Amino acid sequence: MLKVKEVKKTFNPGTINEKLALNNVNLNINAGEWVTVIGSNGAGKSTLLNVIAGVFPVDYGSIYIDGQSILHQPEHKRASYIGRVFQDPLMGTAASMTVIENLSLALKRGEKRKLIPGISRKDRHFFQEKLSQLGLGLEDRLSVKVGLLSGGQRQALTLLMATLKKPKLLLLDEHTAALDPKTGQRVVELTKEIIEKEKITTLMITHNLEQALKYGTRTIMMDEGQIVLDIKGQHRNNTSIQDLLALFEKASGKALNNDRVLLA
Amino acid sequence: MSFLTGTLEQGLIYGIMALGVYLSFRVLDYADLSVDGSLPLGAAICAILIYNGSNPWLATLLAIIGGAIAGVFTGFLHTRLKITPLLSGILTMTALYSVNLRVMGGNNVPLLRAETVFTVLQDIGLPEKVVSLGVPLVVVTVLVIILNYFLQTELGMAVRATGDNEQMIKAQGVDTNYTKLLGLSISNALVAFSGALVAQYQTFADVSMGIGTIIAGLASVIIGEVLIGTGSILRRLLAVVAGSVMYRLVIALVLTMGLKPTDLKLMTAFIVIIALASPSIKKKLRVGLKEGKYAQS
Repeated sequence: MLKVKEVKKTFNPGTINEKLALNNVNLNINAGEWVTVIGSNGAGKSTLLNVIAGVFPVDYGSIYIDGQSILHQPEHKRASYIGRVFQDPLMGTAASMTVIENLSLALKRGEKRKLIPGISRKDRHFFQEKLSQLGLGLEDRLSVKVGLLSGGQRQALTLLMATLKKPKLLLLDEHTAALDPKTGQRVVELTKEIIEKEKITTLMITHNLEQALKYGTRTIMMDEGQIVLDIKGQHRNNTSIQDLLALFEKASGKALNNDRVLLA
Repeated sequence: MSFLTGTLEQGLIYGIMALGVYLSFRVLDYADLSVDGSLPLGAAICAILIYNGSNPWLATLLAIIGGAIAGVFTGFLHTRLKITPLLSGILTMTALYSVNLRVMGGNNVPLLRAETVFTVLQDIGLPEKVVSLGVPLVVVTVLVIILNYFLQTELGMAVRATGDNEQMIKAQGVDTNYTKLLGLSISNALVAFSGALVAQYQTFADVSMGIGTIIAGLASVIIGEVLIGTGSILRRLLAVVAGSVMYRLVIALVLTMGLKPTDLKLMTAFIVIIALASPSIKKKLRVGLKEGKYAQS
């Protein structure tokens, strides 16, 4: 489904701040796989997601989705088949617009925007049904400005918006990291429900090692711009957090260093 | 009475400009200074065409198109050449000064006894008073209805989202370069429309008539928000128009109190400064009060 081939990316080349963010990354993800991504600060996790989404170009290599190269497409074109949820809950929604306006914008993801009313009556019911599945009471607050919602509500809404029109690929960049533990747990459960129900191919960065093993079907670990560990199936099921830490030390020759890493 | 109607007429005509400024400044969150050039551009195009015998409606239409092109130019500087919003506007404004002089072939074009949209309607038998208030009123009403509809269409909502959260709407598949270009062209088209009507209303176009347009527009937008508030889109649009009328009223009142017309810009600047600073002043006052309380206890 997704094929990342020999991708390299250097930030600020030729300066004192030069940083090799992706160093020859190869990754093949099959349709329906849910890959959790872990790694130290600056390992290249977010950079990997951003080059797939088209936020910035790669220096070398290629990226294919369903066999088609996507590197020539700008970010907004790729958005027609890639759904994204960001770490910052404020980033995924328009604060001055209402819940129903945000959802209506998301329903037209990747389509041409026309001069017809942006909110249609028949969508209203569909949105209410989808919102009630979140269990946050948002179905009764369609006309409320999103800026008045809590961070958790906004993140759940962003998740819904990213999957309202089923994407080929869903990119989650530590989307629960900025939430309090309880809300974060709720959002990750919602994520699981939606991904498994819709069978969406997903790449999810997390700083929570327990989450990384508990959710998804495959886990990759990144270090210094490379994928140093890739486990799935029975092998993954038998892996504990301690194993993961040991594997990381063995693969990278140092201890896992992430100032936000959660072991449980 | 004529003092009030005159102010109302001016407020409505400049209200079209204020709607344009609202679109760039509030909807797109883009401080577009090119309006200082596109207002006289609209006036210049319209005036020179009428002066040379063109139909005033056609002249007004071409002025609107001229404004739209100016907006596209600013948008192009920003989205394609990656020049900052502020500088893009200043560059267009500066360039337009020369363009306007060329269009008019001099510093100004008189339209005395020329055929304008106002005189055309008088010729078919409508009283002068009805026409001079009726034209701006009808134009503003129609524009508010159109803008209210547009801003709630799929495309209009994408423009609004661009000003609110560019990252978000990109992730929803919208080319924000396009929405910015579109928003700026509509904004400047409205401002040029306003300029074309101003020229016909005051029966002359002048190259310096655009100075301070952005500030007058901002003052209108902010006064409207304070007086009418920010609810639905329709309410916001009406607030902008009402703000423009209020602004002209304040100016008229100050002038009757004996201030020189040349002091107007200074006064306008102060109105905008007070309006823009009021939230932070309020905050400071509140913090100051709190500290006072702690000091006492």
